[in-house]
Formats: sequence, structure tokens, C-alpha cells
Amino acid sequence: MEAGRQDYNLLVIGGGSGGLACAKEAAQLGKKVAVVDYVEPSPRGTRWGLGGTCVNVGCIPKKLIHQAALLGGMIRDAPHYGWDVAQPVLHDWRKMAEAVQNYVKSLNWGHRVQLQDRKVKYFNIKASFVNEHTICGVTKGGKETLLSAEHIVIATGGRPRYPTHIEGALEYGITSDDIFWLKESPGKTLVVGASYVALECAGFLTGLGLDTTVMMRSIPLRGFDQQMSSLVTAYMASQGTRFLKHCTPSRVQKLPDGQLQVTWEDLTSGKENMGTFSTVLWAIGRIPETRSLNLENAGINTNPNSQKILVDAQEATSVPHIYAIGDVAEGRPELTPTAIMAGKLLARRLYGQSLDVMDYSNVPTTVFTPLEYGCVGLSEEEAMARHGEEHVEVYHAYYKPLEFTVAERDASQCYIKMVCLRKPPQLVLGLHFLGPNAGEVTQGFALGIKCGASYEQVMRTVGIHPTCAEEVAKLRISKRSGLDPTVTGC
Amino acid sequence: MGCGKSKERRAAARPQSEAHGRGGRGRDSSAKVHPPSPPLPEHPATGASGPSRSTSARVLDPRARLRACIDSHPVVLLSKSTCERCAEVKKLFKSMCVPYFLLELDQAEDARGLERAFSELTSETDVPVVFVKRRKIGGHGPTLKAYQEGRLQKLLKMNGSEGLPESYDYDLIIVGGGSGGLAAAKEAAKYDKKILVLDFVTPTPHGTRWGLGGTCVNVGCIPKKLMHQAALLGQAVQDSRNYGWKIEETVKHDWDKMTEAVQNYIGSLNWGYRVALRERKVTYENAYGQFVGPHRIKATNNKGKEKIYTAEKFLIATGERPRYLGIPGDREFCISSDDLFSLPYCPGKTLVVGASYVALECAGFLAGIGLDVTVMVRSILLRGFDQDMANKIGEHMEEHGVKFIKQFIPIKVEQIEAGTPGRLRVVAQSTSGGETIEGEYNTVLLAIGRDACTRKLGLETVGVKINDKTGKIPVTDEEQTNVPYIYAIGDILEGKLELTPVAIQAGRLLAQRLYAGSNIKCDYENVPTTVFTPLEYGACGLSEEKAVEKFGEENIEVYHSYFWPLEWTIPSRDNNKCYAKIICNIKDNERVVGFHVLGPNAGEVTQGFAAALKCGLTKMQLDSTIGIHPVCAEVFTTLSVTKRSGGSILQAGC
Repeated sequence: MEAGRQDYNLLVIGGGSGGLACAKEAAQLGKKVAVVDYVEPSPRGTRWGLGGTCVNVGCIPKKLIHQAALLGGMIRDAPHYGWDVAQPVLHDWRKMAEAVQNYVKSLNWGHRVQLQDRKVKYFNIKASFVNEHTICGVTKGGKETLLSAEHIVIATGGRPRYPTHIEGALEYGITSDDIFWLKESPGKTLVVGASYVALECAGFLTGLGLDTTVMMRSIPLRGFDQQMSSLVTAYMASQGTRFLKHCTPSRVQKLPDGQLQVTWEDLTSGKENMGTFSTVLWAIGRIPETRSLNLENAGINTNPNSQKILVDAQEATSVPHIYAIGDVAEGRPELTPTAIMAGKLLARRLYGQSLDVMDYSNVPTTVFTPLEYGCVGLSEEEAMARHGEEHVEVYHAYYKPLEFTVAERDASQCYIKMVCLRKPPQLVLGLHFLGPNAGEVTQGFALGIKCGASYEQVMRTVGIHPTCAEEVAKLRISKRSGLDPTVTGC
Repeated sequence: MGCGKSKERRAAARPQSEAHGRGGRGRDSSAKVHPPSPPLPEHPATGASGPSRSTSARVLDPRARLRACIDSHPVVLLSKSTCERCAEVKKLFKSMCVPYFLLELDQAEDARGLERAFSELTSETDVPVVFVKRRKIGGHGPTLKAYQEGRLQKLLKMNGSEGLPESYDYDLIIVGGGSGGLAAAKEAAKYDKKILVLDFVTPTPHGTRWGLGGTCVNVGCIPKKLMHQAALLGQAVQDSRNYGWKIEETVKHDWDKMTEAVQNYIGSLNWGYRVALRERKVTYENAYGQFVGPHRIKATNNKGKEKIYTAEKFLIATGERPRYLGIPGDREFCISSDDLFSLPYCPGKTLVVGASYVALECAGFLAGIGLDVTVMVRSILLRGFDQDMANKIGEHMEEHGVKFIKQFIPIKVEQIEAGTPGRLRVVAQSTSGGETIEGEYNTVLLAIGRDACTRKLGLETVGVKINDKTGKIPVTDEEQTNVPYIYAIGDILEGKLELTPVAIQAGRLLAQRLYAGSNIKCDYENVPTTVFTPLEYGACGLSEEKAVEKFGEENIEVYHSYFWPLEWTIPSRDNNKCYAKIICNIKDNERVVGFHVLGPNAGEVTQGFAAALKCGLTKMQLDSTIGIHPVCAEVFTTLSVTKRSGGSILQAGC
């Protein structure tokens, strides 16, 4: 097909972080670009505006409500620091939700304006492939539009998964797509799952004073360092989150008073148990949004198990002029900043004579559980598996944030671990930080690891006193030594 | 050998007691006793191998002459022809059949110059002084003692410059129990060294005193950050309403409660240090250390009781104390940061004098807990820091209610009314003319700078050089002073950073070099730091001014951006106040030479980047690093606007 005939140089399906970044970058490079975006309402009927998961039902509202929960902790700290705040202080979900939702709406609007400013055409339509250069878009009202482009980028992301064989799950349960848009407090909540979404939601619900239970089948935070994961949940438990480990729900029923009765099986004892909750939140994983795209019409290959789109290092699918970025692409970290960068780099390769491909190694991330967990690089398990236990040195420390002292907070889970090669100069393979502001702490070290930092170089870095991050530059106790890794004194 | 051993041993006993008796009046028996005599040729004596170089010596300065003399002979005796004790030492060497080089100071050319050089080089006030293999044995007493103990003989027999196993009281005496001193002590103790720490806090004019641990723990970083945290919590309480927490409109702050909590924590740290020293078998004395002679220090406790200790090596880590203005009423009525953190009453309406980071931090948290605060600034804010950042900090503080009186200096402080707090009248004068203004405050806090505690340590006695103007001690890159057995670390060093972690690092590494065969030196480059003003400021590497100066404006590229912390959106405050800036050296692959951030948790943000700077971070690497979303630090991975371009850096969207 002749290139000039197409409506657009670039068509982006999905107006989330990756899609918008790619579209804006391409437009910046002088191309004719269209973005199609459509939010299929959640089973509970929740819908939202332009910007994708991160802005609407992910990072942004999550971090804001996490912040609300942290402020609850600070309110409790305040009297220790001389503030005359009568305890306990109650929380108004409605007020918080409204503030968060208004902010998210302002971002939706901001994204619209940005597209307009850059002359990117935006269609609020649900897209599916007609052929390898054409998609058909359907509006909310059922009106169809055909759009064609030389290059197409699929950036449709993912949506929360519902369990398929649990009675009442879909009818009565909600997911992270709904929780941030609830007008009223969810009340006593059962969070099912052990993903970071599950733990983050359970964490902030507990922090806002709600009775919260997490039910998990096996281990928390699969794929993350397991020692860190267990510290994360230990801290949550100390803050009042209940954990039902090795349990799996079998049935959700609505009681006459509107409460939900959940039946579950305790996998250890084999016994059946029951409990009553106001809200059941499923956070058992996410599925890529590929099923309604009619990918087969364009000949795009997916992984039949994950339903994710197969891509190469250039983000190209099995059809060379069609690309996939973000959560929908197979083997990619499901993180906003990676999608953004992948989108930008792709546009630059397509239209800006760039050759830079995305480097997916050593991507830092942070889990915003009540005690935040930041990490970059390999987990201890992964490092051992790759390099062999005898070639890995792990330096670690339990530390106490200065702010915790006067506030009389327990710091038992504030912990740092640096995983290094054992051979000098001891290249850093991974850094794991559990404590306040973990994301802020981790970012710079991620860069250090990118620059090939060695243990020696990190140790030669002078600390900033008094911060938590300085403890990273003071990690002197190796696990192998068996010495007590508790930091004492300055 | 074997000549006259027993006889000499007997002879040794008497002079030793004499040496002790001499201690008290040692300093009086100075050069005056020996009036300058007309220049005479140098007088080489018995068995000495030294050539007489009176003619060439003329052109050398006396110090160099003396140094050359000490350096070029195995045994040197500095003496005066009329001195009895010198005669005794000469006799000793003769009896041992040891040839020595004799320099009679009173008979040499330029006797006066030589005498001055003598006291500078030897740190002794009187002859004789003996050097063996360039190493000072000491005067009459120490020489005979060294002989008596066999050390002298051992040294004479030894080849090369091997250390002499002296029988000092300690391997290392550390003067100053602050961050640096304690770190060095604890590290040295790991290698089974015998260590003494002398720490003594001279009370402030206000009478404030504190425990072990130095400035950081007692009157610096720790209480400062805790009170900063109190102020941040005040902001958090305000913010929390927007996040749905039901809090009454006005929340009051109780100074006494905060201060008590902070002081309790500090008390636990003081105790912790005591325990840590004891566990490591480091001796600690709460006494003031002053050098009284080579390898000798006098420790005076608060009851005035004196003890003398000797050590092979010394470490000076006495730090600094706040400076006073030197105007009427300053010591009587003003306080300093040494007093503020334990002030037993709320300071009330406060005038902070100065624009140092201490001044701005204190002003910031005082305003943050609700006090009426004015800062009086002579010239610029945060001298030495990036001025772009400094001015932004000032603007932010002003917007948050801190008043600034610029280009004025106080000339008089008077008490209107005593009390806790009382009322003070401050008269200040414009720096540009004679204009004076008056103001009334409850508290005046001076934060105009700090002075090194080096002038009352008896350093002149042992000849440790200090910068006369600043009182700071110049050291080598191994923290060694001009007197080889005396080291110095921390805030008292000339041209080094005044930061706790730097002192700690320097102290640890020094101990490792001294006692563990390490050769790693403290790296004073690219040291990160944070100013805990209400809007925190983190920095590492060069300021923009310094970078321009070093590389030329055309060779640096500055990338910058404002950012709006997500957490501040809900309370809708301070948009486009937080700011990120990096400075790159264009000619070196856009290597990052300066990192600056203004925003919440700036210290936490900066630390990791400091590690990256150590690894030679470039702009390209920054760009290819993936951000952590949503945090403030991620702004550094997406900096695209250069200052040169003048492009907009206001923040919009995700």
C-alpha cells in the first residue's frame, strides 16, 4: 500500500502514558498523528477520561491516597513534636475522593489540551483492526469511523482481572479500576491478591482507618525480593492490616443488609471459613487489552498464554509497521515511565533518525505500601541464581529514620540491602530500600547502577546527614559475616 | 659499646626529676635568658661529622638551615654553650660513644633567627633538644628517659626510619568527641589501639552545655532536623484537611514539649556514645585538652583538675562554635544555635542575624511552628552555595511569612525587659550608609558564622600551624598537620567541608590508614549536602557560578525545570516552586558537574545522584535512566530545557 494514501503518519491506539508520549513526540517531529482512546466501563460501571491507567486508576490516585494515609501517620506524630492535635482524628473519604478525582480530571483535561497544542487528532472511539493499515473505531453511540495510517502503535495497556470461577466475584467485587472513584468509603474491606496493587490498596485503606484484610494464596509480591516482601507485609501487619495467608476465596454472597459474605478455603488446614465485609477488592493481576482489537485481521502475533503482543527490541510486532509498547507488550515491565520512554524513543526512531532503543534492564521501581519499598536491579534470589551464591555479596542494614525517634515509631522493618558481585570492585547488582520516601531515595542510585557503580564507589560517596538515604552509603555489614546489621548511633 | 653503662644509668635519675620540676616555669625560661649574641661561626663539636657551612648558611633562612641540619645528620643536639643540661646530654652521648652533630645556637650565625626557628621547628622553648634520625627525642629529660628505657639505644641501632616503640600512655589521643573524633576513635579501637578521647564543652555565654557527641548530635544536624520535621508536620497537619482528615482550624504548637522530646532523644544519643566507647575500650575523659609539649597533652576537667597524658599520635577534632558579633549586648542578650535547641522557653518573636544555612534553617523551622521571624542579612544568602538556588529558597521563605531585612547589620542589642523570653531592642545599621533602624524582639539568634576551636589548644606549643586569620588548620591530603604526629579532621580543617559525614569518613579512613595498612584517602570531591530550609535544598558538585568560573560559560550547559510534587497538588500549594537543575560540562561528553534540587526530601533525592556523580554520570545516562513514578526525583530523568534556550520550565501534566 502506498504511504501517502493513509490518513495519518502515525495512529496510536490507547491514550495512556505510553501512547500519549509516543503521539506527542511524533507530532513534535512534524508528523500527522491521531490517538484513539476508549475506556470500557468497569463491571461496576466506573469510567474515566484521557490518560490511561496511571493517571486515572493507577499511580496518581494511588499515590495521593497513600499520601492521605501517610498524613494520618503524621497527625499521630504531630503531638510528639509539640503540636496540639486531639486524637484520634477521623477521616472523611468523600472529601478526599473528591479532591483526588478533581485532580485527576484536571489531568485528563491537561492531556486533551496537550494533544490539541501539538495538533494530534484525538478520537474517543474503541478501535479494532480492519487490516494492517486500517482500524475501525466505534463511538459510545455506535457510530463507526475508519482510520488508516502508515505506522500504528498499540498501547492499550491492561485491566484488572476478575476471577472466573468464584461465585459472586464479578457481581459484588470491585477492582482498582473502581476503588479510586468510589464516592463513599469502602468500609470494611477484603483485598484479594498479593500483587503490589493489592498491598498498596490494603495499606492505604488501613492507614485511613478502615478494617482491612488481605487474602493471599501464596507469596506476597511475586517477582520482588522475597525478604523485602515479607518485611513489607510484616510492617503492614504491625499497622493493623490483617493477613489471611494460604487462603483462597470460593464464594461471595450479598446479605440482605447489603454486606458481602465471603467464603474461603484455608489451604493449610483445608477448612472453610467465612467473613463479612463491606467491600471485596480483587487485585489478583491484570490482563492485557488485546482481545477486542481483532489483532488477527492485521496478522499480529500474541502469546496465547498471556495474550500479550510479541515484540522485538525495536518494539515492532510481527507486522513490521505495527508496534506495541507498555503493559500490552510481552516481557515488558508494567510501569508508566518505561512505557513513556519506550513511546518517545519509538517516535524518534520512526521520525527522528534516532537509533536509540529502549534499555529495559535495571528499571527502578517503588511499591507505595505504608512502608515504601524501592528497588532497582536484581533481587537477592535472582542474583544467586544468575551468579551463584559464592559469587554474591549482600550488604545490609536495619536503620532507624531520625523522624521515627521522637515520634516513637517502630522501625523494625526499615531495612536496606545491596546485592553485589563478590569479586572486587564488587559491582552493584541490585539495591533494595524499605523506608520512608523509598522512591526518592532509589532514583539516584538507579542511575548509579546504570553507570556501573561498584560497592566501593557507593561507599566512597559521602552521606547526607541526617537522611535515610545516607544509610545506603554506609552499608558495611555483609550477610555472609553474620554480624548484627542494626545501625547504631550517627 | 659497653662504655660506662651503669654510670650513665645513675646519672639519668637526677635529671629526670629535674625535668619534671621544670615543667611549670618552662615557658618563662625563653630566649630572654639568652640575650642575642653577635653572630659567630657555627661550632661543630666532638666527633661530629657535620661540615661547617657558615658561608652558605648565610643565604639560607634560619628555619631551612635548622631543618637541613636535622635532616642531614643521624644525631643532632641543639644546644647552647652556657647550658648545663646541654652539657649533661653531651656527656651522655660521649659515654655511649655516639657521634653527634652539635649546634650551639647562641654561637651560630644569626642566633636570633635560629632561636626563633628553633622553637617553631621543635616546639620546645629551651635547649637542649635531641634529634635522632630526624626524629625528635626531646629535651634533657625525655632524652635521658629514652636512654634509661633503652629506646634511645634501640633507635640508634636501627636502620632506616622504622618507628620507635615508644612507651606512651596512649597510641592515639583524640581531642574532641564529635562526629569525626568518635568515628576515628571507634575505628582505631578495632585494631587494638589504646585510645583516649578528650571532650569538653565550654558553656555558651548563655550557659548552655551538653554531652558527648559534638555539634551534630547536640546543637546541629540532629536537633535541627527534628525541629525542621516539627515544622513539616505543621504543614502536614494543614495539608491533611484537604486529604479528608477532620482537624480543627487552629492547631497550636508547644515549644517546651517539642524541645523536651528532642532533648530526650539527644540524651539517649549522648549515652549511646558513652556506651559505644566503653564497649570498644576507648578511654573517655570529660576534660579540656591542651598540648603542653611534644606528644604531651594536659587534660583539665571541669573542677580544674589537671592530668598529663602522652601519646604517639594525636588527632585534633575540636570543631567550631558560633561566632558573636562583637557589638554591645551580643553576648549578654543574644543566643546562638548552641542555645536554641535546648532553650527552656519558646523564643517568641525572633530576629535571626545572618544568612548562613544555620540562619535560614533556624528561621525556617521557627516560622514553621508559628513564630514571627525576621532574618537580618548583611549581603547575600547562603554564600558559597549556588546563588540561583539560594535566592529561590529566600523567596519561598518570604512567601511563607519569614521577613527579611537586607543589607543591615546590628550594632547594638539592649534589654528592654528581662524574662523568658524577655524583650530586646536591636539597633541596626545599613551597610550602604549611616541609616539606622530599630526593632523589638523577644529573641535574637546570631548565626553569622562559626569559628574553629583551635586557639586554646596549645597548638603553638607543639608547633602546629594554623591559619592566623581563620584559626583553621591546614593539612595534607592524609589529614596530617605540619607536625607529623598530629592529625586533624572535621570543621577545623582549612579549605575542607564542614559536614558531619565528611568528618566521619575522614576519621574512619584516617584510623584505617594509621592502624590497618590502608591507603584510602578521604575524597572531598563531589560531597553532597542538604540544607533543611522549609523547601529543602540538596546539592552535589559545583554551583553554577563555580562551573562558569571553572569551564567558561560557553562550555557548560544548564538543564533545569520546575516541578510540582504530586502530594502538593491536593492542597494546591506552592506550584512551580520546586526546582531541579543540573550543570553539564559540554566538552566532557556533557558530564554532570553540578546537581541541585529544591523540594521535599531533597536529601533523600540527592544521595543516590551523588553516588552516580562519583561514577562519572553524563546527561545521556540521566536521559536513558527510567524514572520512578510518581516521585520528585524522576524529574531528573526528563530534563530537556536548557537555561541558555530560555524555554519555559513551568510544569504541566504527567
